[in-house]
Amino acid sequence: MELLLPFLIGILFSASLYLILHRHFFKLILGLILFGLATNLFLFVIGRLTRGGSAIISQSERVATEPFADPVPQALLLTAIVIGFGIQAFAIVLIKRVYQSFETTDLDDMSTTDQIEENH
Amino acid sequence: MNHLLLLLPLLIPLYGAILCLFFWRYVRVQQLIGILAQACMLIASFVLLLEVNNKGIMSTQMGSWPAPFGITIVADVFSSLMVITSSITGMAIYLYSIKGLDKARQTFGYYPVLLILQMGVSGACLTGDLFNLFVWFEVLLICCFVLIALGGTKPQLEGAIKYVTINFLASGFLLTGIGVVYGIMGSLNMAELAVLVRTPVSHPALISMAGMFFLIAFGIKSAIFPLFFWLPASYHTPPIAISAFIAGMLTKVGMYALIRLFTLIFVTDQDLTIPLLTVLAGFTMVIGVFGAASQNDFRKILSFHIVSQIGYMLMGLALFTPLAIAGSIYFIIHNILVKTNLFLISGVVAHRNGTFALKKLGGVYLQHPFLSLLFFISAFSLAGIPPFSGFWGKFMLAKAGFEIDSFVIVITSLAVSLITIFSMTKIWNEVFWKKKPESDPLLDVMADSEQQASRMMHVPIVFLVVFILFIGIYAEPVVSMAHLAAEQLLNSELYINAVLKR
Repeated sequence: MELLLPFLIGILFSASLYLILHRHFFKLILGLILFGLATNLFLFVIGRLTRGGSAIISQSERVATEPFADPVPQALLLTAIVIGFGIQAFAIVLIKRVYQSFETTDLDDMSTTDQIEENH
Repeated sequence: MNHLLLLLPLLIPLYGAILCLFFWRYVRVQQLIGILAQACMLIASFVLLLEVNNKGIMSTQMGSWPAPFGITIVADVFSSLMVITSSITGMAIYLYSIKGLDKARQTFGYYPVLLILQMGVSGACLTGDLFNLFVWFEVLLICCFVLIALGGTKPQLEGAIKYVTINFLASGFLLTGIGVVYGIMGSLNMAELAVLVRTPVSHPALISMAGMFFLIAFGIKSAIFPLFFWLPASYHTPPIAISAFIAGMLTKVGMYALIRLFTLIFVTDQDLTIPLLTVLAGFTMVIGVFGAASQNDFRKILSFHIVSQIGYMLMGLALFTPLAIAGSIYFIIHNILVKTNLFLISGVVAHRNGTFALKKLGGVYLQHPFLSLLFFISAFSLAGIPPFSGFWGKFMLAKAGFEIDSFVIVITSLAVSLITIFSMTKIWNEVFWKKKPESDPLLDVMADSEQQASRMMHVPIVFLVVFILFIGIYAEPVVSMAHLAAEQLLNSELYINAVLKR
């Protein structure tokens, strides 16, 4: 199981980058969501996995008994998920607005701001 | 008292924004609250700077949890300089927005979002914790997303989609880097990390790998070569009031984070980082300035110059001597003020002539000699002509480079300065000097209210020019503060002792 997780993260990262590099809007959204998931999972796994030991101190003791899972990565993860969710929601609404005003789903149609304007 | 002082740059904009939200429909009230908040910010950050300058690094712990466990807020001279520069810029932008931004955007939450953005900037500069650095960056980025897309015109949406995508990726890299750092060292407090990397048992290779994640993440955010392509594609799309603040401030906050982390934490593998940063700095300068030379739009030239000047700031970090880092810090302060001001001037020119295209503009010197003088001062500061402010930054950087025999980068930087003058002369010739090509009779006759609005828009520009002249002609106090800041950055013991109270 623990051997599987790094490969899963790798696959998620590569799939998300592949989707982001696509020119279709919908795949861009999917790519962003997968990228967020991959980073979150990475953050979770790299904080070391301890199964079945929560960091709750029982009433009779002063410190938690080993082995317990490190609560800090979990707290970070929760924050990161919330932030990621907010940005993804914003990105989806933005892409919808872009689709409405450009009436295209192709990112290649959106290169006007890069061009060197000769006659504005 | 000290604790409150550290928190005021965060609390004032937060409460200001909340108050603004209560008066959603009354733009006048929001403007008033905004101006008041800005004035308070300015005073608070000035007092903070004085205090830090006199008494050394200050720190406080949120909720009184002792240092490595709680959330730390730290102010050294560098971060308080950043905070005060951001409040000066914020004040100028507010004064400009009242007349310079259309009513529709003002009614859709412009003022509260800008205040939250400023809170994000202060937070990113004052935090003493890696994960909080990420959170503050998200706060300011999401405000930028909203501001860039606010109004929803076609170019804005197009710019926003590029900006959002690339910054989402950058945040992902940042988070990954934070994960790696926590995985290796088991701490996120920057002071404790600084202690841990200096103990011999830590893993140098893994730490420099984490450092690369941070370099990429902040490299994207501060538009370092080869990660800058999003900047000239998005910064010029929103109205000037918005793009001036974003262009002036945001890339430099990324630079601030880079300088902080690469002087405090990622110092173990300098055989790798220093040459890498030097090469990146050189390319960033050169590519940025050539990109600017090929453009024909007032705002786009300025946008590309941001990239070029990021190179100078990176050069200071890459040389890694006290003088070079002091030069970098001075350059950041100078550049925020000058860049914002140039954007505001381009806004006033466009307000009167209805376009940013160099071909269609002209004759501004004849019509508005005072505005031309203001542009002249700012442009020459940017190019680094003595006695204006850019000169001192470049002088310190060049001197530091010669001291350690890094001739290639210094000569590159000086050559880039020459091309910067070329770009500024191009704007001067096309916009201010040459005859107006074909005059549109509708635009020439301005209504009285428009005239008055245009005069109001001069106020923030004069306000900024005063500061630009001050740090140029009377450079001594700022230069000595920059030296003090560099000293604090390079003697990480000072930072560690202030935070961990050892």
